[in-house]
Amino acid sequence: MRNTNQMVIRSRKRESGSAATAGLLALLQVIMVCVTVYVFAANLYSAPDAITSVGRAVDEQYKLTLYVTATVFILSQLGLAYAVYRFRDHGQKAHFSRGNNTMEFVWTTATIVLFLGLGILGRRAWAEVRFTPPAADAIHVEVTENQFVFNFRYPGPDGIFGKLDPKQISASTGNPLGIDSHDPAGKDDIVVPTLTVPVNHQVELMIGSQDVIHNFFVRELRLQQDAVPGLIVPIHFTPEKIGQYEIVCTQLCGLGHSRMHSYLNVVSDADYDAFLKSGGQ
Amino acid sequence: MSSHAHGGHSAHGAMAAPQGFIRKYIFSVDHKVIGIQYFLLALTAVLIGIVLSVLMRFHLVWPNVHLPFVSGGQMTQEQYLALVTMHGTIMVFFVLTTAPQGGFGNYFLPIQIGAPDMAFPRLNMLSFWVTFLAFVAILAAFFVPGGAPISGWTGYTPLSGLGEITGPGEGWGQTMWITSISLFCLASLLGALNFIATTIDMRAPGMGLFRMPLTVWGWFVTAILGLLAFGVLLAGGILLLLDRSAGTSFFLPAGLVVNDQIQNHAGGSPLLWQHLFWFFGHPEVYIAILPGMGVASHVLSTFARKPVFGYRAMAMAICAIGFLGFMVWGHHMFVSGMSPYSGFAFSVLTMSIGVPSAIKTFNWLGTLWGGKIQFKTPMLFAIGFVSLFVSGGLSGLFLAQPAVDNLLHATYYVVAHFHLVMGVAAIFGIFAATYFWFPKMFGRMMNEPLGKLHFWFTFVGAYCIFMPMHWVGIAGGIRRYADASAVAYLQKLQPIHQFITIAAFITAAAQIFFLINFFYSLKSGPKASKNPWDATTLEWITDSPPPHDNFAGNYPSVYRGPYEFSVPGVKEDYILQSLKPQEVDRVKE
Repeated sequence: MRNTNQMVIRSRKRESGSAATAGLLALLQVIMVCVTVYVFAANLYSAPDAITSVGRAVDEQYKLTLYVTATVFILSQLGLAYAVYRFRDHGQKAHFSRGNNTMEFVWTTATIVLFLGLGILGRRAWAEVRFTPPAADAIHVEVTENQFVFNFRYPGPDGIFGKLDPKQISASTGNPLGIDSHDPAGKDDIVVPTLTVPVNHQVELMIGSQDVIHNFFVRELRLQQDAVPGLIVPIHFTPEKIGQYEIVCTQLCGLGHSRMHSYLNVVSDADYDAFLKSGGQ
Repeated sequence: MSSHAHGGHSAHGAMAAPQGFIRKYIFSVDHKVIGIQYFLLALTAVLIGIVLSVLMRFHLVWPNVHLPFVSGGQMTQEQYLALVTMHGTIMVFFVLTTAPQGGFGNYFLPIQIGAPDMAFPRLNMLSFWVTFLAFVAILAAFFVPGGAPISGWTGYTPLSGLGEITGPGEGWGQTMWITSISLFCLASLLGALNFIATTIDMRAPGMGLFRMPLTVWGWFVTAILGLLAFGVLLAGGILLLLDRSAGTSFFLPAGLVVNDQIQNHAGGSPLLWQHLFWFFGHPEVYIAILPGMGVASHVLSTFARKPVFGYRAMAMAICAIGFLGFMVWGHHMFVSGMSPYSGFAFSVLTMSIGVPSAIKTFNWLGTLWGGKIQFKTPMLFAIGFVSLFVSGGLSGLFLAQPAVDNLLHATYYVVAHFHLVMGVAAIFGIFAATYFWFPKMFGRMMNEPLGKLHFWFTFVGAYCIFMPMHWVGIAGGIRRYADASAVAYLQKLQPIHQFITIAAFITAAAQIFFLINFFYSLKSGPKASKNPWDATTLEWITDSPPPHDNFAGNYPSVYRGPYEFSVPGVKEDYILQSLKPQEVDRVKE
C-alpha cells in the first residue's frame, strides 16, 4: 500500500478501539492457531496405519493437503490477529486505499496454482482404486447389506456364484441373500457375516444392498463405498498386514445404523484355505 | 420503475401507511415488517435447533442420563436420529436460509438501494406466510404418529421413500418433512423472484451495480441461486411424495426387499434423488453464507473506517462463488457409486471454488490493514466471521479430494467442516447484522458490554466445539451414530466428545446474553440517532426506524460508491452515498 499519510484526515471520533479488546481477540486467535497446529503436528489423533499401498497414497495426499492448508491457515489467522491488534483505533489516521490490482492478481494466481494443483495431484490415489480394473486373479466376494447386517458371499469350490431369487430371501431360515435353491452353482456358496481374505492377494468386493443405502468402511483400507440398492459397485484392494479390522456402515440407514458392524479378517494363505474348506467356519 | 417515480415527488397516495393491527403487523405488505417477521421466525427456530443439538450432545456422552423434553426420560436410538434430522432441517432451512435473506435481506435491500418497498409487496407477504406454514409443518412432524423422521436432513431414498417399513418416523413424520420442505421451496422461489426484480428495477438514480453495497450483492446473487436451486428440490420433493403415496418409482429400484418383504417398485434410481437434492443442497450452502459475506464486508469496512479493499474483486468473487456453486454438487457423492470420472471432475471444480473464497479472505484482511479499527460488537462478530470462515473453509480442501474423502467421508470431520463454514460463520454473520442494524430496525441501541460478553463466549465456544470435532473425524469417528458401543475404536474418542458436549452446553447457555440484550434493548435501550455508526449507505440517511415508505417521500439519488471512508481531503471520515458532490465538506488546502 502506498504511503498516503499526507492525504489522510483525522477522525473527529474519540478512539474506541480499546487495546484490551484488540489484545484479547489477537491472543485468542494465536492460542487457537497454536493448539490446532500442535494437535496436527504431533499427530495426536489419527487413523491407524494403512494396510494397503493405496491407503498409503491417500495418506501422502492427505499430508500434502495438510501442508498447503496449514500454510494458508497460519498466515491468514495470524495475519488477522496482527491486523486486529496493530490497527486498533488508538487515535491514528486510517490509510485510505481502495485496493491493489497487483495484489489481487498475485493471490488469485497463487491460489489457482495451489488449489487446482492439489486437486490434480489428488487424482493418483483416487485413480488407483476406482479407474484401474482389478487383476485377473483377484478373489471375488459379494457384499450384500441390509438393515442392519453385512453378508459376505464366496462362490465356493466351483468358483461360480449361484443365482439369486428375491422371493426366496429369508433371513430367519438362513438364506438372507435368497440364493436360488434350484441352481446347483449356489449349493456350495459360502455366506458369512464377516469378511475373511488372504494377505497380499488382491480382493474385489462387489457391494450392493437389498433395502436402503448402506456403506462399507474400513479405516485401515482408507476405503469407503456406499451400498446402493439397484447397483453393484466393485472396489478392489490388496491388504498387506494380517489382522482383524472393524467394518462399519457410515450411511444413515435407519434405526440400527450405529449397531451395523462387522470385521475384516486378513489371514495367512493357510488360514484362508482352511476357512474356505470349512465352508466359512 | 416505481421508485424513480416516487423520487422527490409526493409519495403519499401510493404509500399510505396501513391502519389497524392486523394489516400493520400480521398480514403486512411492508418489507420491513415482513423482514422482522422472518427474523423472529428464525429466532424461534434457532432456539429450538440449539435445544435439539444440546440434547443430542448429552445423549452422545451420557446416554443413561434422564433428559427433559424426551418422552420416557432416556433417549432411544430413533429419538436421537429424529433429533439429527430435525436439527439439520430446522437450522439449514428455517435459520440459515431465513434470517440472512428473508430477514435482513427483506428489511435492508430496498432501503439500501433507495426503494420504497419490494417490487411485489403482496408476493413478499405470501412468501413469508408460506414459510410460516412450512415451519408449522416441520414442527408438527414431532407430534404425528411414529414421531419425527430419522433419515437425516438429506432424506436419502429408499430410506425416506418406502414409508414406515424402513423405520420409525418414516411414515407420517417423513411425509410432514417432505411437505414442509416443498412449501419452503415454494416460498423461497417467490422470495427470490422478488429480490431479483427489486434489485434490477428499483435502484435509486445513480445506484449503478458497482455502487451497490456488498450486502446487496450478497442478497442479489443469493436470490439468483435460490431461483435456480429451490425449484429443483421442489420437483424432487413432489416426486418423492408420489413415490411414497401414489406408487410411483422415481427413486426406487426393482428388487427392494425390506424385512424379507419384496417391495412393489421398479425402475427408479436412489442416486437420482441425491443428484436432485445436492443440485439444490450445495448452492444452499452459499445461500446461507453469501449474505453473511456481504454483511462481513460491510461491517469490516464501516468499523475499520476504510473502503472495502478491492470492492470490484469482492463483488466479482460473490458472483464467481455463485456460479461455481452450481457445478460442485457431486462432491457430496464421491463414494455414492457415481462414476469415478465424474468424481474427479467434481473434485477439480470444487477445489476451484477455493479461489474466490480466498480472494474474499485476503480482501477482508486488506480492508482491516491500515485501518482505524473500532471494536463495537458487530465488528467483533464480523472479525469472528472471517476467522471461522477461514478455519472451516480450509478443511474443505481435504473433503474436495475424492481420495482423501475415502477416509473422511461421513465422519465428524465433515460435521466440523460444514458447521464452521456454513453454520457458525453464517450465524456470526447474522449476529453481526443484528448488532449492526438493530438501532435502525428498532430505533434503540443494544448494550455493548452484554454484546461483547456474548461474543467472547460464542467465539471461544464455537472453536472449542468444532475444532476438536476434526480430530474425532480424522480418527474415524462416524457421524449420525446414536451410540458408540458397537465399534471398539469409537469408544476411545469418547473423552473428546465429552469436552465438546461441555463446550456446547456453555456456548448454548451463553446465548442468554443475546436474548436478554435483544429484548431489554428493544424496550429500554438508549434512543438511536439516524446514523449511529457514521456509516455511508442509504439506510443511514433515514429515521431509525424508517417510516412506512422508507424515506418519507424524499427518495435519495446516489453519487458515489458505498464505502467512502477516510477519503483524503474530506473533513468527515465518511461520505454518505446520497450526499451531493458540492455538499461534501472538504478540508481547506
